[in-house]
Amino acid sequence: MYLDPHTHMISRTTDDYERMAAAGIVACIEPAFWLGQPRTHVATYIDYLSMIVGFERFRAGQFGIRHYCAIGLNSKEANNEELAEAVMEILPRFALKEGVVAIGEIGYDEQTELEDRYFRRQLELAKELQLPVMIHTPHRDKKRGTLRSMAVILEHGLDPSWVVIDHNNEETVRDVLDRGFWAAFSIYPFTKMGNERMVEIVKRWGSERIIVDSACDWGISDPLAVPKTAELMRRAGIPEADIRKVTYANALAAYGKSGQIKEEDWLDPPPVDQRLLYMGNSVLRGGQEPRIEVRKPGLGEDLRIV
Amino acid sequence: MDDVERACALLTRWVIERVSVEAAAWFREQLAAVRRAREPKPLYLALGYVPRRLGKADLALSAAERAEAEALRPGFDPTDWSVDQAARIALLLASHDGDPVRFKDRLETLFRTADIGETIAFYRGLPLYPGQELLVARAREGARSGMRPVFEAVAHRNPFPKERFDENAWNHLVLKALFVGTTLAPIQGLDERANPRLARMLCDYAHERWAAGRPVSPELWRCVGPHADEAAVGDLARVLASGTAEERRAAALALSACPRPEAAELLAGVPELVAAIRRGEIRWTDFARG
Repeated sequence: MYLDPHTHMISRTTDDYERMAAAGIVACIEPAFWLGQPRTHVATYIDYLSMIVGFERFRAGQFGIRHYCAIGLNSKEANNEELAEAVMEILPRFALKEGVVAIGEIGYDEQTELEDRYFRRQLELAKELQLPVMIHTPHRDKKRGTLRSMAVILEHGLDPSWVVIDHNNEETVRDVLDRGFWAAFSIYPFTKMGNERMVEIVKRWGSERIIVDSACDWGISDPLAVPKTAELMRRAGIPEADIRKVTYANALAAYGKSGQIKEEDWLDPPPVDQRLLYMGNSVLRGGQEPRIEVRKPGLGEDLRIV
Repeated sequence: MDDVERACALLTRWVIERVSVEAAAWFREQLAAVRRAREPKPLYLALGYVPRRLGKADLALSAAERAEAEALRPGFDPTDWSVDQAARIALLLASHDGDPVRFKDRLETLFRTADIGETIAFYRGLPLYPGQELLVARAREGARSGMRPVFEAVAHRNPFPKERFDENAWNHLVLKALFVGTTLAPIQGLDERANPRLARMLCDYAHERWAAGRPVSPELWRCVGPHADEAAVGDLARVLASGTAEERRAAALALSACPRPEAAELLAGVPELVAAIRRGEIRWTDFARG
């Protein structure tokens, strides 16, 4: 069983969901982010947030995957002050929706003043609502941006065990772990982490407070990054217990603090939730382990479209 | 007490009898806060916290409680409601200040930011809301949903569509039910609202499915039988001649509701099915699925 705690499924196809389910992913977390281009009105932001607490949750359920999300104003769009103010006003309306496991992904992009202002206000909101936080660390000026994010979080008095610092690499991992935060790694080709590097990180740093995710979105990315990385770790001789922690249990422990994500959600959901799942079935269909297989690329043997 | 207050009181009692003492106290406080409120925030917060505080167990009503539902509001059927759904509707009803237009506006605002669980609950509550005539557009929106459980919240065990939908909306509700692969049986008013145009739409749909080599739900014929034209009787004859055992039973049942003489002739060829229908051994609910 895998949990991918960072996915932008609204940009992904049903093929992706099928392959994820077949590869053993039982749940995913969709942090609110931008859509590749900035929104210009708060109304589209409202529709976006209601999409990720609504239709996307349903869509995932059709493939037997449980879908959760994080609610927040991302750093890029924080630079549009008019939009940002309006979004801040509606965030509390969404933060208490079912399956909202964190405020996120928030943090810095270019580390502007406006980014800083809305980052801090959202940290306060997370504190007030007792929600974990998912931090997007910047791609540019990453190391400094990561250190600054953590300093601000501590300044606002948040418990680092409630905060996941995401998009780490070899250069940031030590500082994040030293300060007691969760360190997440997005296995994302070309710009973030490769999964062979990830194997080395786990060998070097162990499995405590380390989390693997795909951050799959509208760019060239891989929704199977978590199961593929697990398989690589297996081949490298990393013990199964450690693999389970970094690809499942740690994310569950971190975001589970919200009270909105529990193992029972996919192992033994209440009837009212089962009715949201495809054919009313839970993922494990009567307690069985899910089928673990990574489908081969290409068209497959069956070309029929029925 | 008016209807809305009575409905609120009944739902509140059901919820309170099913949750812990602390949860019940919390729920009572929220109801009071929502009633007092001059602004919408207490309602938003309470609606958000309901599943966390009260859980999501099935209401699992007794026969006596189901009878109370029917007595409260004919057609109100909370058979498969859950505790959180009942609590959310009670809170909504508690927010009613006597002005149905304001109630509708508040409901619309809530729908715009609703998660999937809230969306389902709000649609299920339709028969209990004030200003029923103001809510038709909202109900039709739900009946257009591609999310099957949302669609079902409007379509199944809900008297609202049969009471308020015009013919076109009604016909599309039935057709959409088949499209999303859900069952027709829990739709209230299927027989009384059947009409010739719907029968025609359904037969056309059956032909599309046959052309594509896809199965046709036997339930479809229920709304065809009473208003079958000559071509529709021909379709039923085809099912009767070459369908599966289940499809043939459904075709015979549809034909038995058809006043046309050709229907009687066709039935004369299947005396064993006619006898089974007479003995009450073939009923539309037998074909319900999902």
